[in-house]
Amino acid sequence: MPKYMMFLHESPEVAKDWTPEEMQRVIERYGAWSQGLAERGKLAGGEKLRDEGGRHLRPGTSGVIVADGPYSETKEVLSGFFVIEAADYEEAADLAKTCPHLEYGWIELRETEPTS
Amino acid sequence: MTDVGQFVDHLFRRESGRMVAGLTRIFGPAHLDLAEDVVQEALIQALRLWPFRGVPDNPTGWLVQVARNRALDTLRRNASLASKEDDIRAWAAALTGPEPGQTEMDDQLRLIFICCQSAVPSEARVALTLKTVGGFGVPEIARAFLAKEATVAQRLVRAKHRLQQARPPFEVPPPRELPAALDSVLEVLYAMFNEDYSTHRGEELVRRDICHEAIRLARLVTCHPALGTPKAHALAALLHLQGARLAARVDSEGNLLLLSEQDRATWDRGLIAAGFRHLDRAARGDDLSVYHLEAGIAAAHIAEETDWPEILRLYDLLLDAKPSPVVALNRAVALAMVEGPEAGLAALAPIHLDDYYLLPATEGELQARAGHPHKAAEAFYRALEMTCPEPVRRRLSERMRELAT
Repeated sequence: MPKYMMFLHESPEVAKDWTPEEMQRVIERYGAWSQGLAERGKLAGGEKLRDEGGRHLRPGTSGVIVADGPYSETKEVLSGFFVIEAADYEEAADLAKTCPHLEYGWIELRETEPTS
Repeated sequence: MTDVGQFVDHLFRRESGRMVAGLTRIFGPAHLDLAEDVVQEALIQALRLWPFRGVPDNPTGWLVQVARNRALDTLRRNASLASKEDDIRAWAAALTGPEPGQTEMDDQLRLIFICCQSAVPSEARVALTLKTVGGFGVPEIARAFLAKEATVAQRLVRAKHRLQQARPPFEVPPPRELPAALDSVLEVLYAMFNEDYSTHRGEELVRRDICHEAIRLARLVTCHPALGTPKAHALAALLHLQGARLAARVDSEGNLLLLSEQDRATWDRGLIAAGFRHLDRAARGDDLSVYHLEAGIAAAHIAEETDWPEILRLYDLLLDAKPSPVVALNRAVALAMVEGPEAGLAALAPIHLDDYYLLPATEGELQARAGHPHKAAEAFYRALEMTCPEPVRRRLSERMRELAT
């Protein structure tokens, strides 16, 4: 079955004014969501990315230049990703649509090129 | 992955309150903001990580650990707090222990006294207590008390500003100041539970959570040897007995009369038992506060057979102690139950309450019982023109149809 990447984008300020109860509810909904996907064999992984800009590597005239990614100025961060399995884009989007991340950010959905 | 089942209800609220209390002891009440920021950052960290990692086996320990690290960062940025590192470490170690320790309970009590002290404007005390000790957020407090979020937020800012100026000590007040300070705390807990006179009630769910928080804090107060006065126990009794009937959603004598039968099966037996234990403790001594009277009324409603003569006696005393049109209205209902509808109607006549559906609704019910269907229908009609809860609205329309046939 094809794999899809769900990239989770959000504002770094997003939960600044949330109430503790709201945060707990979202975590609970996340738990239910990922559990539901896992039980149907649709969840192939996921990781939280660290909150910093990462490194940008580019070829320079005298070798590769490694620079810090722009984090402090960004209005938006890529906070993590999930890998899901779905028959096609339609199913993948349906699965991603139920992700609680959409309550405070947006999702970039990409299909991976099959190996064979 | 995530096991949702291990998430305790309202864990974040509870942990927020515990952590803010301890950090406020270390940072000092003037830095309440810093304590709140540290805790908020720890919760946000969990919000952003746990969806991927699942809820850790010991969520509390995890949150405290993150808060501890953030607190240590805060000390590094704040020269005046630099000496507090050991305190932060000791606090985190104590809070991750298996049982809530005495220090932790004392910290929460001290924070309640900070929130309810005279330097804090009285209209901000309920919000500040709910926010810091209870872990409620501004939008929740606003929804529960039908205030604008901006208003609540503004009150909190002003309250914290006052605390920065006053720099009160973080302690249970010494004996000389204790009676007045405790009175203020009790008033705040009472106000969390009761809106004196309002037809526009806030959102039910969050109101219920706030009522349970008031009960928890009343327990915390009465557990303390110096604070468990008869008056404090009387308030605790009142809150428990009212809380026991929360699910039945009947909030005053007028509704009781109108909706007649409450479903006793929905009452919380545990809260009732605890309420009567507090009532016992409240009776030790000669003190007869307003809380004693209201707790007595709540207890009389819970008895197998509602003891209306006793309720009337208590309302007479209450009306003396705390004259208010709402108390007078409830007393008129008790009077009608004891001496008949005509006596109740006579007592209702001089009461003035603007846009308060219970007044005409009660009048209508008493008119119907006195055998005046036209006057009854007319009063119900007036009640329906006012803001009133949906179940009552249905009941009123039903009563009008019954009267027309």
